[in-house]
Amino acid sequence: MPGIARIAGRAVALDRDDVDTDQIIPAAWLKRVERTGFAAGLFGAWRDDPGFALNRPGAAGSKVLVAGDNFGCGSSREHAVWALQDFGFAAVVSPGFADIFRGNAISSGLVPAQAEAAAVARVFAALAADPDAEVVVDVAARTVAIPSAGIEEPFALPDYARWRLLEGLDDVALTLRHADAITAFEAGRPSWLPAQAPAEPAPAEPAPR
Amino acid sequence: MSGRLFDKVWDRHLVVSPEGEPPLLYIDLHLVHEVTSPQAFEGLELAGRAVRRPDLTVATMDHDVPTIGLDKPIADPLAAEQIARLRRNCAAHGITLHGLGSIEQGIVHVIGPQLGLTQPGMTVVCGDSHTSTHGAFGALAFGIGTTEVEHVLATQTLRQVKPAAIAVTVEGQLGEGLTAKDLVLGIVRALGPGGGVGSVIEYRGDAIRALSMEGRMTVCNMSIEGGARAGMIGPDDTTYGYLEGRRHSPRGKDWETALDDWHSLVTDDGAEFDHEIRIDASALRPAVTWGTTPAQSVSIDDKVPDPGSFASPAQQQAAQRALTYMGLEPGTAIRDIPVDAVFIGSCTNGRLEDLRAAAAVLRGRHVRPGVRALVVPGSARVKAEAEAEGLEQLFTQAGFEWRSAGCSMCLGMNGDILAPGQRSASTSNRNFEGRQGPGGRTHLVSPAVAAATAVAGHFTLPGDL
Repeated sequence: MPGIARIAGRAVALDRDDVDTDQIIPAAWLKRVERTGFAAGLFGAWRDDPGFALNRPGAAGSKVLVAGDNFGCGSSREHAVWALQDFGFAAVVSPGFADIFRGNAISSGLVPAQAEAAAVARVFAALAADPDAEVVVDVAARTVAIPSAGIEEPFALPDYARWRLLEGLDDVALTLRHADAITAFEAGRPSWLPAQAPAEPAPAEPAPR
Repeated sequence: MSGRLFDKVWDRHLVVSPEGEPPLLYIDLHLVHEVTSPQAFEGLELAGRAVRRPDLTVATMDHDVPTIGLDKPIADPLAAEQIARLRRNCAAHGITLHGLGSIEQGIVHVIGPQLGLTQPGMTVVCGDSHTSTHGAFGALAFGIGTTEVEHVLATQTLRQVKPAAIAVTVEGQLGEGLTAKDLVLGIVRALGPGGGVGSVIEYRGDAIRALSMEGRMTVCNMSIEGGARAGMIGPDDTTYGYLEGRRHSPRGKDWETALDDWHSLVTDDGAEFDHEIRIDASALRPAVTWGTTPAQSVSIDDKVPDPGSFASPAQQQAAQRALTYMGLEPGTAIRDIPVDAVFIGSCTNGRLEDLRAAAAVLRGRHVRPGVRALVVPGSARVKAEAEAEGLEQLFTQAGFEWRSAGCSMCLGMNGDILAPGQRSASTSNRNFEGRQGPGGRTHLVSPAVAAATAVAGHFTLPGDL
């Protein structure tokens, strides 16, 4: 996963609260076994409306999605993050994110930039005035800016998440530095906790196509 | 702030809390299904990693399995491919799989408790947001994304920033005919769709204590619909009674040891929460959602609300958009809204108690002509038990389709969907736009109200029939 320091590009304004992951990527798309190929499904049902923000001619090639509060609520599907990334988004700016979506975004390298509601309102207003304005999300500085409108707003991103996004780090590798601690913990678990009898691993075979 | 059930479970799973990093939490049970796992197994294998604890990992297939015609090959090639992948991944990594055809196959949140896998004080995760269901046992249980599924497969841990803790205290008792579903819809309405973000809820109070384990699972299941990471209920005799003798429950001396431990899993008197919501159970009436989030519900005695009646402009806009999508006019009596379909099932209301409640309403009655009615047991075992006590006959004689276990029309991945514009009464958990099929309109209700509504053809209480 490549590191992300700074994102600059056009933005799509989606000014509604509680956008759920069923809208971001409808369930019919969850049958894919890959992490890519979801762009055409992004906001699948809403894109039938010609007036939908993503159908604006300038939306293609946008890098930042600006959304209302509680973005990404509902289902845990990480496919929602992958669909946003496949479309080209590298950051979402919102007053608030649902917990699982936020975790998934950080896992997959999509920046969840959580700014104060009033700050996001100023960003929406600037984009209403100039829908093609360049929006800059600076992960290092934790700011979202629209230079042409003189806007620069701070956003919240915990230090650890910021570091992972900047460095593009694989969380499993970071955790395995603590493998000894995990092993030690396991030695102390009560023996009566449920466990499955060991199943015989099957001989290696190629994955079905 | 110590002394809360949540803290006790959290603290006993802390592996390490490195400076500057979120703590590592040990995971006692990892449940896996076909839809959110293929990319995780692929990532694991690409990195040359093994599943650390296949013995603490259990898989089933539920999200896109057919619930009809199981004797035939799966018609949907994409679903067939996901199911084949899960079989292959479980075989390759030595993971127990309760697949189609097994009596233990079913919705992941139905089979875990049914097998006795979910126990007080455990940590349970799954790549599914309704993992919160398992909190009914006093476990800390929450949904995760696919990258986190891979992380748990590889390390049996998760990195977690510690959530806040909310107390939802439900005083008084539910009235006659009121169910856990009506209660949790009332709770979610009070919380709002994002009110629980960043938090774990502990449900407390007399009305919670009076619920069966099935009812407690219904309540904890929908914690996520109020934005909460998890919901928990302290274990008590109801919990122990449910667990004793199940396949993976401790036995003999281990049972006594476990009981001693579980008795400590209570929130101590005087423990403080970050936030508390109090609900009067006796004031609740059977709930029906009118909008496109589970927080948008009213009593069945009410009318479709006027968007102008909401406090904030954002809520007013959301209500207006929801009514447009739902094809509803403000002021319409809920009982006057006709339905095209009724779905009884899901991880919220697909257990034996739910099927009994619906079947009791249907005895000697028939589904109104023109209404499609579907009942999908939550697991193959629930199906078998329901058949053994004659529920299948009650459903089929009333005109319901009797299906095999799976998620089915809760999210419509297996082809069980509403046609555009069709309206359902559904015992599931989400009424999001298009949740039960593109253009479909979902109203969430309890199993008894769903059954009565199937008979009347519009929203109805059993007592109205």
